[in-house]
Amino acid sequence: MAGLKDLSKRKDPLTGGHRACSGCGFPQIVRMVCMASQDPVVVVSATGCLEVTTTIFPYSAWTTPFVHNAFENAAATLSGIEAAYNALSRKGKVSKKINFVAFGGDGGTYDIGFQSLSGAMERGHNLLYVCYDNNAYMNTGVQRSGATPRGANTTTEPAGKVKQGKTRFRKDLTEIMVAHRLPYVAQASVGYWADLIRKAEKAFATPGPKFMNVLQPCRLGWAYPPAETFAMGRLAADTCFWPLYEVENGKYKITLKPREKKPAVEFFKAQERFRHLFKPNNAGLLEELQKEIDQRWEELLAKEAKA
Amino acid sequence: MVTLAKTGNEVMAEAMRQIDPDVVAAYPITPATEVVMIFAQFVADGLVGTEYIPVESEHSAMSACVGAATTGARVMTGTSSQGLALMYEILPIASALRLPIIMCEVNRALSGPINIHCDHSDTMGCRDFGWLQIFSENSQEAYDNVLQAVRIAEDPRVQLPTMVTTDGFIISHCMEKVEVLEDKVVKDYVGEKRSPYSVLDVDKPVTIGALDLTDYYFEHKMPVVQAMKDARQVILEVGEDFGKRFGRPYRFFEKYKLDDAEFAIVALGSTCGTARVAIDELREKGIKAGMLKLRVFRPFPAEEIAEALSKVPNIAILDRSDSFNAQGGPVFTEVRSAMYNLKAKIINYVYGLGGRDINVAQIKEVFNQLGQADKMPLVNYLGVRE
Repeated sequence: MAGLKDLSKRKDPLTGGHRACSGCGFPQIVRMVCMASQDPVVVVSATGCLEVTTTIFPYSAWTTPFVHNAFENAAATLSGIEAAYNALSRKGKVSKKINFVAFGGDGGTYDIGFQSLSGAMERGHNLLYVCYDNNAYMNTGVQRSGATPRGANTTTEPAGKVKQGKTRFRKDLTEIMVAHRLPYVAQASVGYWADLIRKAEKAFATPGPKFMNVLQPCRLGWAYPPAETFAMGRLAADTCFWPLYEVENGKYKITLKPREKKPAVEFFKAQERFRHLFKPNNAGLLEELQKEIDQRWEELLAKEAKA
Repeated sequence: MVTLAKTGNEVMAEAMRQIDPDVVAAYPITPATEVVMIFAQFVADGLVGTEYIPVESEHSAMSACVGAATTGARVMTGTSSQGLALMYEILPIASALRLPIIMCEVNRALSGPINIHCDHSDTMGCRDFGWLQIFSENSQEAYDNVLQAVRIAEDPRVQLPTMVTTDGFIISHCMEKVEVLEDKVVKDYVGEKRSPYSVLDVDKPVTIGALDLTDYYFEHKMPVVQAMKDARQVILEVGEDFGKRFGRPYRFFEKYKLDDAEFAIVALGSTCGTARVAIDELREKGIKAGMLKLRVFRPFPAEEIAEALSKVPNIAILDRSDSFNAQGGPVFTEVRSAMYNLKAKIINYVYGLGGRDINVAQIKEVFNQLGQADKMPLVNYLGVRE
């Protein structure tokens, strides 16, 4: 992995002064991913927090070429750019090596952009798609998504007198991408920055379609103090709520195995969105959540052991 | 120039092969599927240098076209009906970003009920999305229009996406005699694509698709307004130049026996071929029938239409789609608005929805009814069972 000294000399894709919330996790993701590339990058972003906070006309925080098209089509849009790059390269109209990266939130990736992502990955374009998964539609005010964890309070599946937030477990998009048999799939978290950068480096070094699912704690939607973002990202991994792993040509490798798996309640209790789970009559639900996390972790360990 | 027997789909694919765009992103849909199939074979046989993206939906087709076009590449696609409707969200983004993407669009009725045959509801559904829209009467026009579309769309005064349409099955699957230019002639005619910027120019990074709020959005729509106005002159120049080069000049519309007409129809697309026969037969009987065949619907040549129809007292507007607005089809409302200061009696016939055939006798009946236009309802439905 490139050392901090090297990284500090790389081009920062974002200028200061963008309008992401204080303590927001995605500027870290964007910076770490783009700075992991030794070659220039062309960035596409889905509609969402990232696009909205970095490109309010007449300002742009981007120092790289940047394209935003619509909400659900970042992967398709980038696939068009990558295809044009191939055509223009053949004609000698471009010569530089360029890496292509798309960023989308979980709404634009798990839900409305799912088809576009799946299509682009199946077609095998040479690009990296990075989902900054903050577990809900944060840009429009914390609406539930396919990535929202069971029990989380959102504005479209809120906790109330008879309901306890989201009723379904989250969609496992990383595994769905693995099922596309991509050369490289990884799950990372902003809290573990070296792990994240190393994975992005690996992705850029791998030809073909790559996918990274990066957990992005959202201080607004998860409701915790803004200084806690990295701690929250680490807690997600340390509790195995969000395991850190990579799958290289089908081979699983868990990149963080907590020496002592922390109980999930530590992650839940740190965030307002789970507050209702700590009512006495929700003890059973908390147990179920822990059980699900344990089961998914065990499955992952088994997949790694098999490799 | 060689004369070939080709269907509308074949000839559109042939034009695409000769244009040899940098990127084609497309998804199959009846009746435009052949355009994609034939072009895919050209790619498979190494006859084009195009990067072909066989996307998983029309939404992704247009999304990939937009992405590709931001590099300055020449980009084309083809679709129809539901496919075009699935692209609707991205069409105004393409025009707002001033990306001169070329689309071969085969007119087909929108669901529902589901139907695969011709009407113009799909194309008319996106008439206000900032795309130029050029209709074709037959395969020859489809071919000529696709070639001209590249010159028109990429002109620095325009820089707007452009769709060239044929009528589903009636043109798309009908084999006709078509004069096709030599490959080299087309290559020279369309020339090299030029672009003011490219997102692949990493040394001059640009941000495309920024968030535009109340303080700038309106101003950023005005260049599209202006480009659509300026496209009028470019369409005329390109059409005239095409005539000089290849013997087939084009304008916004064609006047068929219109100058002395007492009764005229306005129509688009393949129906105009049928109408010519009806008009000829009526003329033989001494009835002064004529037609304005509208080729360019966007930009809408309002002044020129009003001028061309200024001496015609009785006019029927034929619409192959309805606006479901309780006051007639889209061609009718626009032509009637263009004729506001004139005294002509103008009525509307909505016809041919879902591919319902229109024949010579029906068009003659329209002319017959125009003889008593005052007694006719404003909006009539032609060829529909009660």
